[in-house]
Amino acid sequence: MGRWIAAAIVLFLAAVVIYSMATNSRFEWGVVGHYLFNPRVLRGVRTTLELTVLSMAIGIVLGVILAVMRLSPNPLVQGASWVYIWFFRGTPVLLQILFWGIGISALYPKISIGIPFGGPVIASGNANHLITIFVAGVLGLGLNEGAYMAEIVRAGIISVDEGQHEAASSLGMTRLQTMRRIVLPQAMRVIIPPTGNETISMLKTSSLVSTIALADLLYSVQLIYSVNFKTIPLLIVAALWYLFFTTLLSIGQYYIERYYARGAARELPPTAIQKMRTLMSRRAGF
Amino acid sequence: MEAMLKAEGVHKRFGRLEVLKGISLQVNPGEVMCMLGPSGSGKSTFLRCINHLEKIDAGRLYVDGSLVGYRQQGDKLHELRESEVARERAQIGMVFQRFNLFPHMNALQNVIEAPIRVKGMRREAAVQKARQLLERVGLSDKIDAYPAQLSGGQQQRVAIARALAMDPKLMLFDEPTSALDPELVGEVLEAMRQLAKEGMTMVVVTHEIGFAREAGDTLVFMDEGVVVESGHPREVLANPKHQRTQAFLSKVL
Repeated sequence: MGRWIAAAIVLFLAAVVIYSMATNSRFEWGVVGHYLFNPRVLRGVRTTLELTVLSMAIGIVLGVILAVMRLSPNPLVQGASWVYIWFFRGTPVLLQILFWGIGISALYPKISIGIPFGGPVIASGNANHLITIFVAGVLGLGLNEGAYMAEIVRAGIISVDEGQHEAASSLGMTRLQTMRRIVLPQAMRVIIPPTGNETISMLKTSSLVSTIALADLLYSVQLIYSVNFKTIPLLIVAALWYLFFTTLLSIGQYYIERYYARGAARELPPTAIQKMRTLMSRRAGF
Repeated sequence: MEAMLKAEGVHKRFGRLEVLKGISLQVNPGEVMCMLGPSGSGKSTFLRCINHLEKIDAGRLYVDGSLVGYRQQGDKLHELRESEVARERAQIGMVFQRFNLFPHMNALQNVIEAPIRVKGMRREAAVQKARQLLERVGLSDKIDAYPAQLSGGQQQRVAIARALAMDPKLMLFDEPTSALDPELVGEVLEAMRQLAKEGMTMVVVTHEIGFAREAGDTLVFMDEGVVVESGHPREVLANPKHQRTQAFLSKVL
C-alpha cells in the first residue's frame, strides 16, 4: 500500500514540473529546438567531446605511469610521482588552464627541442603557435586529470591480493609483466567505476576552457546568447547536450564494468536487452 | 651427484624477530623432502627464501648448484638484477596454500601465461602442453572454467599444472592442502604423489603426516627457526628422537 502512495506522490510531482515547464513560455522551447542542431552549437559539441576524449586519454596514460612509479621500489622514481601529484592536485584546475592558455607563452616565448643546458637545437617554434588554445585546454585538463587518475589506479593496484604478485613472480614474470598481465586487469574492476565518474566529470569540467576563449559547447552557446539575449533557452540547449552524452557514457561504463567482472562473478549481470527480454517473457507468462 | 637444493646456515629475520636461525639441509634430485613443524616455526619462510620471495640475511642457498638471488665475486655477494632473479624463479615451481590462480583468466589461460610470456613459447605449443598437463591432473573438462567456478581442490590442481608448465627443476609446495575442505585434500595429494613418482624433486611444507610417510624421502621437523630433527620419514615418525618432535607428533598423530 505504502509503495502505491509513494508512487502516486512521485508521479504527481513529476506531472507538476512537466506541466509548468511546458506551459511557462519563458522556457522558449521553440528557440531551444531552433538552436539544438545549430552548426555553431554542433561545433561546440565536437570541441567538448574532443577535449574530453583527449584529456581523459592523457589522464589515464599519465595516471597508470604515475601509479606504477608511485609503487616502485626506487625512492627517486617514487618521489617524482609524489611531487607531480602534489603539484597538480594542489592547485585549481582553472588556474592550470589559465596558466597553459596565457602564462606559458609569457614564460617561454620560444619552445625548442634539442639537447638541454645550451646544446644544439633540433627544432624550435613560437610558443603561441605551438600551444594553441585547444592544446592549452587539453594540457590543462589532461595533466590535472593525470594526478587524480594516478590515485585511482594506485587504489586499484593495491586492491589486488599480494598472492597474485607472488604467484606471478614465482613463475618468473618480471615486475612490469606482472603489472600489465596480472595486476592491472584485476585492478580494472576497482579502477573503472571512478574512471567513468571522472570521464563524466571531465565532460563538464571541460567547460572551464571558456575562460581561455576556447569555443567548446558552453562557450559556443554563450557567444550566441551574448548577441541575441536568448540566455535561458541556449543554456537549456547546452544542458541537453551534456545530459545526452553523460547518459551515453553511463551506458558505456556499465558494459565495460561487465566485461571486467569476468572471473570475479560466477554469472555476469544481464545487459539491458537481456533484462528487457526476461521481463517480457515473464509478462507473457513463459 | 650434485644436490638440487642446498642450504647452508640460512638466516632470516623480520625486523627484530629472527625467523630462521641457521638452516642447513640438502635435497638430491628426484627426492621429496617434507617439512613438518608447528605454525610459526619458519617452514613457509624457508620455502619462500628458496625462490627469493624473501631475501635471506645470512648463509647460502643453492638451487641446482647456483646461488639463489646473488652472484658471488670473490667473497662478496652481489644481488642479482630483477630479470636475473626472474630467470632463476622460472626454474622453480611454487604451489601456494591459497592457490593464487589468476582469477581473470580461465584454467587454460592460467597455465599458458608464463610459458608464453616468460619462456617465449609459441601459443599453439603452450596450449597443447597445457591441455596435457590439465589432463594429467584430471581436469581436461575444466579447461574453460574460471577459478571462481572451480572447487578448492580443482583450483589447486590447476595451480600445480600452472607451475609444471614451466618445466621446473624443483617444486615447492607451501601447505598445499591446508585451505581445502577435508574431502578435497585427497585429489590434490594424489596429484602430488603422482608427481613424486615421476621423479620430480619436491620440497613440501605440510601437515599431512600420511603424505610425508608414504611419498617423502626425507622428513625435516622444524621448530623456532631451526631444524630439530631430520631423517627418513618412517624413522622420524616412528621413533622421534627429540623431545619437541615427540611433543608435536603426539598432538597431530
